[in-house]
Amino acid sequence: MNIETSLLTQKQKIWSVLETVTDPEVPVLTITDLGIVREVKINDTEIEVIITPTYTGCPAMDMIAMNIRLALAEHGYKKIKITSVLSPVWTTDWMSEAGKSKLKEYGIAPPNPRQQVCNNDLFAPDQAVQCPHCNSHLTHRISEFGSTACKALYQCDDCKEPFDYFKCH
Amino acid sequence: MKNSLIDYTLHLADTTLILSQRNSEWCGHGPILEQDIAITNISLDLLGQARNFYQYAALLINQLTNQPINPATEDSLAYLRKEREFKNLLLAEQPNGDWGQTILRQYLYSQFQYLLFEKLQHCTNEQLAAIAAKSIKETAYHVRWSSEWVIRLGDGTEESHSRMLKAMDELWSYTGEMFEPAEYENIVDVKSLKEAWDQKVSAILNEASLIPPPVGGGGAVFMQSGGKEGKHTEHLGYILTELQYMQRAYPGATW
Repeated sequence: MNIETSLLTQKQKIWSVLETVTDPEVPVLTITDLGIVREVKINDTEIEVIITPTYTGCPAMDMIAMNIRLALAEHGYKKIKITSVLSPVWTTDWMSEAGKSKLKEYGIAPPNPRQQVCNNDLFAPDQAVQCPHCNSHLTHRISEFGSTACKALYQCDDCKEPFDYFKCH
Repeated sequence: MKNSLIDYTLHLADTTLILSQRNSEWCGHGPILEQDIAITNISLDLLGQARNFYQYAALLINQLTNQPINPATEDSLAYLRKEREFKNLLLAEQPNGDWGQTILRQYLYSQFQYLLFEKLQHCTNEQLAAIAAKSIKETAYHVRWSSEWVIRLGDGTEESHSRMLKAMDELWSYTGEMFEPAEYENIVDVKSLKEAWDQKVSAILNEASLIPPPVGGGGAVFMQSGGKEGKHTEHLGYILTELQYMQRAYPGATW
């Protein structure tokens, strides 16, 4: 095996470890579902994982960085560097389709595509958010801000269940 | 040590930290649960912005001092600087008052911050641009949420309307400072933001049945300033006493 392919398999191994690290606030999502991991770099002695924060103030980010470290250490990686970069800015459009369906199964409405939200009109009609329980589109927003920075509170007008909506960002 | 980039970054950090701290005083005291969550979420967003700015300021300070014994950190900058070293806008440190006053303070600032970050995200300093580009998406939510509340309360009942008028009296004289550049403030021309801010704010206030105070001329409100240079209203000392208590009493304490 030449050096290049071995580097590639090394990277694939690291990515597969990263695929097991979950978001502490939304445990059904892995950090790769969320699109938080930008890049993995390997040099002689250490590996560098480049991540990007979702929300600026998201307290889960520190924990995610620690969990990445722990997961890699469990697989025998010793020198690990985690670098957080802000640019380009993370967006919910980077969430994988698998991630979106996992969210829905978990009872959280997945984010709508972003172009629908970047609308600063006041008292704008609520976005058509589909109820994750009964699939009705007849829902209304209770609050723009929910249980975590990334969510808004909605209620379904058909089945009456309140639910979290992972808002577009 | 005079360095305009460091001072400017600290100014941005301090304003967002102090406003975050003020809003967080509502935690558990909001008028209804959803709005309690909203104001504390905004507080968290602002704290996240402050952390990014402080981390960058710490990096700049450490680069300048070349391997310092006690390197600056986001924590040392937030917890161990004195009142006169804080460069936040006076508006950010004003007391919460009632819900209306808190909402109005948030609106007046968020509307400014949105216009500022629109420019800052395209500035030549890559890190400040990245922080602004990241934060402006959250600021857009803050503007929308707070302006809806200003309208709801200003154009609400007689009681809510009169409270909003009082809030205007309390806060308006702290808005002029936003557009008066400090010596170190040369990355974004804040003066150039005033016209757009005036237009947007007037539109919201009109819709809220609140008349914006006259600008210029005899009836104009005297504008307070000094925060950017570390000259604060008496409120900041109290805020810092609470905010910094733990690190002052138990230096270096960590989780």
